[in-house]
Amino acid sequence: MENSDLIAEDKIIQDLLPQKFGKWGKIWTAALVVVCLIGAFAYYRQLRYGLVVTAMRDYVSWGIYISNFVFFVAISLVGSLITAIFRLAGVKWGSPLTRIAEIIAVAAIIFAAIIIIVDMGSPERFYFLFTHGRIQSPIIWDVIVITTYFFISILLLYYPLLPDMKILLRFRERSGEGLHKFYKFIGSFWQGTAAQFRLSEKAINMLCIAIIPVAFTIHTVTSWLFATTYRPGWDSTNFGAYFIAGAFLVGAGAVVVAMYVFRKAYHLEKYITESHFEKMGRILVLLAMLYLYFNVNEFLTPFFKMKESEAAYLNGLFSGDFSAVFWFAILTGMIVPTIILLFKKGRKPLPVMISGILVIIGAWFKRYLIVTPTLLHPFLPMHDVPASYRHYYPSWEEWAITMGSLAGTLLVITILVRIFPIIPIQETIIEQHETGK
Amino acid sequence: MEQENSPRRDFLLAGLAAAGGLLAACTPSKDKDPFEAGAVETARASGKKVKLLSVDGEVIEVDEAFLKPVPHLPPVSNSEARLGIPGKKFVMVIDLSRCKNLKKCQSACNHAHQLNPGENWIKVEPMQDAGNTAPFWEPTTCMHCDDPPCVKVCPVDATFKRQDGIVLIDSDRCIGCRFCMAACPYSTRVFNWGEPDLPAEVASQPYSAETSIPQKKGTVGKCDFCADMTREGMLPHCVSACPNGVFAFGDMNEDSVTNGAETFRFSELIRDKAGYRLMEDLGTKPSVYYLPPVNRNFPFQSGLENDKQPS
Ligand code: SF4
Ligand code: SF4
Repeated sequence: MENSDLIAEDKIIQDLLPQKFGKWGKIWTAALVVVCLIGAFAYYRQLRYGLVVTAMRDYVSWGIYISNFVFFVAISLVGSLITAIFRLAGVKWGSPLTRIAEIIAVAAIIFAAIIIIVDMGSPERFYFLFTHGRIQSPIIWDVIVITTYFFISILLLYYPLLPDMKILLRFRERSGEGLHKFYKFIGSFWQGTAAQFRLSEKAINMLCIAIIPVAFTIHTVTSWLFATTYRPGWDSTNFGAYFIAGAFLVGAGAVVVAMYVFRKAYHLEKYITESHFEKMGRILVLLAMLYLYFNVNEFLTPFFKMKESEAAYLNGLFSGDFSAVFWFAILTGMIVPTIILLFKKGRKPLPVMISGILVIIGAWFKRYLIVTPTLLHPFLPMHDVPASYRHYYPSWEEWAITMGSLAGTLLVITILVRIFPIIPIQETIIEQHETGK
Repeated sequence: MEQENSPRRDFLLAGLAAAGGLLAACTPSKDKDPFEAGAVETARASGKKVKLLSVDGEVIEVDEAFLKPVPHLPPVSNSEARLGIPGKKFVMVIDLSRCKNLKKCQSACNHAHQLNPGENWIKVEPMQDAGNTAPFWEPTTCMHCDDPPCVKVCPVDATFKRQDGIVLIDSDRCIGCRFCMAACPYSTRVFNWGEPDLPAEVASQPYSAETSIPQKKGTVGKCDFCADMTREGMLPHCVSACPNGVFAFGDMNEDSVTNGAETFRFSELIRDKAGYRLMEDLGTKPSVYYLPPVNRNFPFQSGLENDKQPS
């Protein structure tokens, strides 16, 4: 917070308390619910008729569901970036962003898990993963780390909420009976004593330390789903680092977009300032260049050698069927945002937000490119198969379910933002005291 | 089947018992069961005759309408199927110089395993070793790798390897994650994207990993080396179906393989004809060996007209 304009405690509380949806809020929520329902209907069809309603076939046996899963896992990494890394590194300016980041992380990881179940041919056997799971399979590693990450993220959202709960409980009128009961249920034991603060401080620090390796693992393990196979294009030792760099980038992109939207919608200009955008812009440039570096590593070396088994795959990416998407993803996901953000003017809120959107779109297509082209370039030629097996263009059901899961993530974020303060109130008050004196 | 004294029935049953698995596939009118009580009147002869072998070794002719598909009963329980046959190590040798792309192997396999149209466990692919060498036909099946990537990645032990070297799938266990399909470098696995089109009698059978029947929606399938046949000491369907003797099958421990007509000493065959395995460098250690396409007595083109693409 800038020292010059100190804000009174009451004003802070008034500003930051969760607000009822306005007209646009309602329209937005309704639109999301509609998209989710369409997705649910498509999923019902898929359950009934089988995965045959998708465009996946024996060669492209994983499609946009898995791309989407990787995308969600990537976005969820932001929770640990903003909350844990900033916190441990003592970056104070990040604290208004922590709750946004944690909410995004929780929402994304929930839908990562859901989309995996959607992708399974027999979802009713999901529990087999626990009853018959074999530790040698990277899928089981993924199940373990995703579950762990989910619980740590929930706790990292919950503990810092407790002091705010106490404040929220004071406004029974405003929150309404139902929500009040809910707040009471999850937070009434919090008295705000020094001992409780010490304890929660300790717990949060421990979680922050724990979540970083888990976050790195979750994304590395997801990359290993691919890298442990022999396929050209996946058989890469670069994959873990490449995925993590990409995840940090798209996660940070999601946060700047969320920052912008909430700041506009809830008039939080005093709390999320231009300087936040300036700083996040710098981080975004750094991450975009880092990701670009890993991309060069991923593609330049095999391109230089052009091994027989990889040639068709690489040609498809650089100049063949996939080249339009490939260059689009590289340009929008990394190069254009970098150029925008390198300028001081480009680090104003609006351009930063636009860069964030570009990063997210580029990232989604990048995930698509990780899955599909490899599967369409197997070692043995595709022969003796129906013509539909040679191409992959997602069916409407796949799009509907994918869109539904994206809408679902936004819905979870919207709901969490409706019931919890977007910016930690207690923390803001304390920090203001510290810096103000 | 219920008991009823009809001489025709008795003799039919004998024939059916003998023809077992063969009959499972020829499905007559699905709506009428000629063996229901009082069905003798309702089932009408279709006029189409089918030749069968009775238990006494006699060839008999039966009208199609009086056939009842007998489920190919799983020879052993699934826990036994998981263990495999002790002391055996099954191998296959595919002689590329003999293959003319007749696809008899494929149709026999599809028939025996009740595969839906468009699904093939055996694929015959046009291959070329290098730009300046002659192209040839290469049948591919599951390689039953000794170090199978598909087994390694399966999260629930639905794909497993037995002591006799056969890699099988338990469809009651498979969750349909398709990780094994991504991991198999030979692209041999097939997924049941929709509900398989099976006669009701077959679809309601308990699943047997050795016959791979019945296939189930949302699970994966692939060549099973006809584990049920090998248990009975018989050759896999593709081996007996190929008129050119492309496939030879046998036990590595006995060091002999046969294509039905000729029997070879496995080690000598591989040594003399320079047998090799596909993508040896991946370290998957396949159990399927290929003999190079040398000294062929037919041109590549002659097989091409058979290469109709299903759509
Ligand atoms: S060929 Fe493929 S499916 Fe068959 S055992 Fe090897 S890896 Fe598994
Ligand atoms: S699709 Fe079935 S057999 Fe294949 S890895 Fe998944 S669970 Fe195992």
